[in-house]
Amino acid sequence: MVNLKINGIPVSVPEGSTILQAAKVANVRIPTLCYLKDVQCVGSCRLCLVEATGARGLVTACTYPVSEGMEVRTNTPAIRKSRKTTVELILSTHKKKCLSCVRSMNCELQKLALEYNAEEDRFGTDHDLKPIDDLSPSVVRDNSKCVMCTRCVAACTQQTIGAIGPQNRGYAKTIGSPYGVSLAHTPCVNCGQCVVACPVGALYEKSNVADVWGAIVDPTKKVVFFTAPSVRATLGEAFGLPVGTNVEGKMVAAIKQLGDIKCFNMDITADLTIMEEATELMQRLSSGGTLPMFTSCCPGWVKFAEHYYPEFLPNISTCKSPQEMFSAVLKTYYCEKNGIDPKDLFVVSVIPCTAKKFEVTRDELGHYTDAAITTRELAKMIKEAGIDFVNIPDGEFDTPFEEASGAGAIFGATGGVMEAALRTAAAKLGGSGAPIEFKEVRGTAGVKEAEYKVGSTVLKVAVASGLNNARKVLEDIRSGKKNYAFVEIMACPGGCINGGGQPYVHDEIRNSIDLKAVRAQALYDYDREKKLRTSHENPAVDTLYKEYFEKPSSHKAHELLHTTYTKREKY
Amino acid sequence: MANNLFDGTREQMNKLLDCIEQHKSDPGALMPVMHEAQNIYGYLPSEVQTVIADKLNVPLAEVYGVATFYSQFSLQPKGKHQISVCLGTACYVKGSDKILEVLEKELKIKCGECTPDGKFSIDSCRCVGACGLAPVMIIDGEVYGKLTSGEVNGILEKYMKD
Repeated sequence: MVNLKINGIPVSVPEGSTILQAAKVANVRIPTLCYLKDVQCVGSCRLCLVEATGARGLVTACTYPVSEGMEVRTNTPAIRKSRKTTVELILSTHKKKCLSCVRSMNCELQKLALEYNAEEDRFGTDHDLKPIDDLSPSVVRDNSKCVMCTRCVAACTQQTIGAIGPQNRGYAKTIGSPYGVSLAHTPCVNCGQCVVACPVGALYEKSNVADVWGAIVDPTKKVVFFTAPSVRATLGEAFGLPVGTNVEGKMVAAIKQLGDIKCFNMDITADLTIMEEATELMQRLSSGGTLPMFTSCCPGWVKFAEHYYPEFLPNISTCKSPQEMFSAVLKTYYCEKNGIDPKDLFVVSVIPCTAKKFEVTRDELGHYTDAAITTRELAKMIKEAGIDFVNIPDGEFDTPFEEASGAGAIFGATGGVMEAALRTAAAKLGGSGAPIEFKEVRGTAGVKEAEYKVGSTVLKVAVASGLNNARKVLEDIRSGKKNYAFVEIMACPGGCINGGGQPYVHDEIRNSIDLKAVRAQALYDYDREKKLRTSHENPAVDTLYKEYFEKPSSHKAHELLHTTYTKREKY
Repeated sequence: MANNLFDGTREQMNKLLDCIEQHKSDPGALMPVMHEAQNIYGYLPSEVQTVIADKLNVPLAEVYGVATFYSQFSLQPKGKHQISVCLGTACYVKGSDKILEVLEKELKIKCGECTPDGKFSIDSCRCVGACGLAPVMIIDGEVYGKLTSGEVNGILEKYMKD
């Protein structure tokens, strides 16, 4: 342990800690902009400058290691002046359209400007407006607002995609794709980790809010929403509720106040996915099909495989994602049952994900989803409608798609799909008394492995979240080092609870808690309290098979609930 | 993506692949490989950057970022005759910007570009250590000092012939 003092407060921290980490222990706040825990630590923004004994000049707290007896000052007039000037210099090249910015009131630069009394125009406004790239169906880039922190680049690099990078030098420097091509024409997988890493309004999702409002006021349209498992665990953050608060009831009630809307529970098609996927796995196992089988729920992972690992496309389950299954069910079964012309039904999915926006544009999926909006966009609509979210009494999902299993709900966290599948497999093959909880596949570790005896079969499984971890698993399978029957892959680190469409969390909070774990806990708590915890016992799924699909993997199921994949170019 | 059609030869590509093979396992292989690629092709066309990215397993965005950061690397082909105008302090105060202007006007290209017939390319540089001769321009290694705007055309004519 190393002993030092921060603003006179003695602290003791492990050797190798940075001043920033030590300051956290002393409850001293040091501002940061380019630093983001687990993503980037380069010391380039110069906002975390502090005085430290033994150091010449001011040093960056995020990178400077502590030493025995060090005395650190974080709040001298010289430091405050330096920070103020730094913010003012950033503002001099920033498009200051704050009032109409997506990040207004939630912008890290705005917050710093306020805290350090920065003058907006001390150095004038010396910049040319740069073109906005909004060709991608998922992510919009407005480089006139970019502060060059390169957090997006670090996030993209961590995902092993590298679709964006810094280019040119000095005033000409920008962040973007090679030759200035649109993100839409790169091997970007649309995971949106760049968006949640961005401290300002330079990156945001391509909004579909206007389409949804349009449908709500259109008298010829019937509007239905369904919400993805993880949205209940994160939506509250946008309204100031603590991270990890389950707001399912409020969410449903608020959606219904947006207009004449029916709101369904997407966990049901998570359950349906398990029925189809488990059947597919058993068929592959018994008939010598391609193994290991990979999950297919995550559109970021699917596009990743299409670009970077096309050899594994036959390994990906042919099941559509829960979003696309639900939309297909609504536009066929639900419309037929209720005498609705499918073109009059406007299907909105609420998802934690920017890649799902790309997914709805895929021709092979049949265009059953009319709009996919992120958790952030739903929050925006709720605010725009003037709904008092925090105090709204709980609402309930609409029939016939209200009740789902806890297995469906944990789809939102890494390992959840695997656990849901194992629950059903264990019950089907192992009979009564089969286990419900499979804790080995839980947690935020990047790669998790387990071996389960299900009935007479031993299943070797792996779970990976974050595409860097997915790559590790794929390389091990490719080289023959590892061998699995079933592998779950989620593009975002931690799974959907940490998706690219989730509420922005200030670096200050992100840097101080394990965001992924706290959000995931809300889903596991929800699951634990449920009576219905296995997908195959879901009565809504049962009805769907009885009334429409007949049985898993039937002809009709293949027509509506399964899909195909295509190799895509890397450059 | 590129402005000029790529016309690299098989021989050039083999040279590049050899170089990549040689550096592949080194940490920080990107810079030496890019240097060699620039030597082989005279510039870094997008096709070459893609090969480097693919074989070294680094994102194309990174290769492009490095290529656009260092003025030593060029995304444009270089001409048969390479003109470099010094914009260092001494040359600049002696009016080398005017020399550059005349060149750009005469050859109808901007600094950093190459004429469509491939004859001339113009670049700028910072101080060649001949401040006594300011303003200075260099064509194919030959230094022209104490220039006036009026002399530029005459010098260019010498090179236009071949």
